[in-house]
Amino acid sequence: MITVTDLRKVYQQGDRTVVALDGVSLHVDAGQIHGIIGHSGAGKSTLVRCLTLLDRPTSGSVSVNNKELANVSDADLRTARRRIGMVFQHANLMDSRTTAQNVAFPLELIGTPKAKVAEKVSALLELVGLTPFADAYPSQLSGGQRQRVGIARALSSDPDVLLCDEPTSALDPKTTDEILELIKSVRDRLNLTVLIITHEMNVVKQACDSVSLLEAGRIVEHGDIAKVVADPAGRLSQALLPMPGELPDDLPAGTVLDLLYSGTQATEPVISSIARTFNTDVNVLAGSVEHLGEHQFAHIRIQLPEGADIDAITKHLLGNGVAVTVKETK
Amino acid sequence: MDFFNDLMTNPGITKAMWPAFLETMQMTGISALFTVVVGLPLGILLLNTARGGLTPNRGLNVLLSGIIVNITRSIPFAILMVSLIPLATLLVGTSLGPIAASVSLTIGTIPFFARLVETALRDVSAGKIDAALVMGSTRMQVVRKVLVPEALPGIIAAMTTTIVTLIGYSAMAGLVGGGGLGRLAYNYGFQRYEPAIMVVTIVIMVLLVQLVQIIGDWIARLVDHR
Ligand SMILES: Nc1ncnc2c1ncn2[C@@H]1O[C@H](COP(=O)(O)OP(=O)(O)O)[C@@H](O)[C@H]1O
Ligand SMILES: [Mg+2]
Repeated sequence: MITVTDLRKVYQQGDRTVVALDGVSLHVDAGQIHGIIGHSGAGKSTLVRCLTLLDRPTSGSVSVNNKELANVSDADLRTARRRIGMVFQHANLMDSRTTAQNVAFPLELIGTPKAKVAEKVSALLELVGLTPFADAYPSQLSGGQRQRVGIARALSSDPDVLLCDEPTSALDPKTTDEILELIKSVRDRLNLTVLIITHEMNVVKQACDSVSLLEAGRIVEHGDIAKVVADPAGRLSQALLPMPGELPDDLPAGTVLDLLYSGTQATEPVISSIARTFNTDVNVLAGSVEHLGEHQFAHIRIQLPEGADIDAITKHLLGNGVAVTVKETK
Repeated sequence: MDFFNDLMTNPGITKAMWPAFLETMQMTGISALFTVVVGLPLGILLLNTARGGLTPNRGLNVLLSGIIVNITRSIPFAILMVSLIPLATLLVGTSLGPIAASVSLTIGTIPFFARLVETALRDVSAGKIDAALVMGSTRMQVVRKVLVPEALPGIIAAMTTTIVTLIGYSAMAGLVGGGGLGRLAYNYGFQRYEPAIMVVTIVIMVLLVQLVQIIGDWIARLVDHR
């Protein structure tokens, strides 16, 4: 479990002040995967550095499993940091160490006996599927394999929290999928709380239970995926289930509606139910259907012909849990 | 053939060459050892007391980097050597011989080596240091388990360069009482005008430098897993 309360970080550059984090509060329940998404410059890296206390926050608090991290002594901070496993964009492995030696690093720091280290390292390499590469150096591994080593290393101090800073931003799409699957599976096995910092909406789609949108040092939207997606006016919803902005010029007269709904049913029942109930044509213009977490979501743009009873149809849709946005009437 | 026979019977070669060679090795070896023992920690301090280092300390950094290292490095070696003769006398009781020369050689080379070490350590990415800190390393553990091992190829290269420099400096030290091949070349080649001795000395020094460089490069490659 992670709780961040009113975290602020102000950088002083000469006589210019940069407010990198402007009162960030965040709560992630145990066992959840939470995504923090934001554009470049939003404050993502600053947030990571404050969460790990690599930079001291200007104010605010960070706690992991109700243990406060900010405002502790250096020695306590080192112990506290062991509760957080961190995965980096470029893995940040030690080039002078083999895979096994890299994974052993956190154990060496606290003087773990050799036999115990060997046992633990081999279990972790098994977990991330790198047993045959135990003696390879990072330069002999692919980007995806290096990230697996990074994950194994992060897990070797038995952390409660896994903090991933752009873990897939340097990887190709296929490897990204594999790494996200790995993160999900270690979460399931070890009941970790996971925080993934990213600028890729795809990562949120694939891996996260809940998400926060970070913008100019503030969290402007947050919540469970199902909740943020259900708000058609929300920026996360628009990014997760995108819809083309402009309507084509040559569209025949009629009313355009954007429908947003979740459920296990495919697009057919909603649309065919309009057609059946109101005895009207329904023209599907655009749309996307996505699996997000446990749920399936659809964002569909339809056009109804002139003369259709828009009010009644809207009411019918709302009654069925479909969010409706009237786009344009010609 | 006559030239060769002359060489083989020349006392400058048969009698003086081997002891001179040993003196050169002694000067270089002692100085290299002490240069590394003092220069490596100094290089680590130069990096870590600077801004953005593990233990930024402006006062100490100015003292070490600005005053000690830069001033020592800006004095020409020949002058530094002569000016350190009193110190050598104080430390080893004489101003003559290879041991005394090692004192000024070491003091002259430490700042040079420390700077090379600092540069090699600076190449270790900040990400690796962050990773080590986040895993709960102490600053000392960062130095011993990350900075030095990760920069080892660069540190070995710095040692190689330093030993090569020391071989050259030791010849110069020979002129002011240190002995060794430099002295031999000067005595025979210049004062007695026997250019053959000079040439042989130069050849030996060139071979020595090559050998050190080859071995150094080989070790650096061996420890480089990047
Ligand atoms: N060490 C620093 N000194 C001054 N400004 C900084 C520093 N680090 C980050 N910033 C500023 O803080 C803001 C957020 O940066 P960052 O956290 O790196 O964003 P992101 O990782 O989301 O791209 C930016 O405006 C950046 O210029
Ligand atoms: Mg960043």
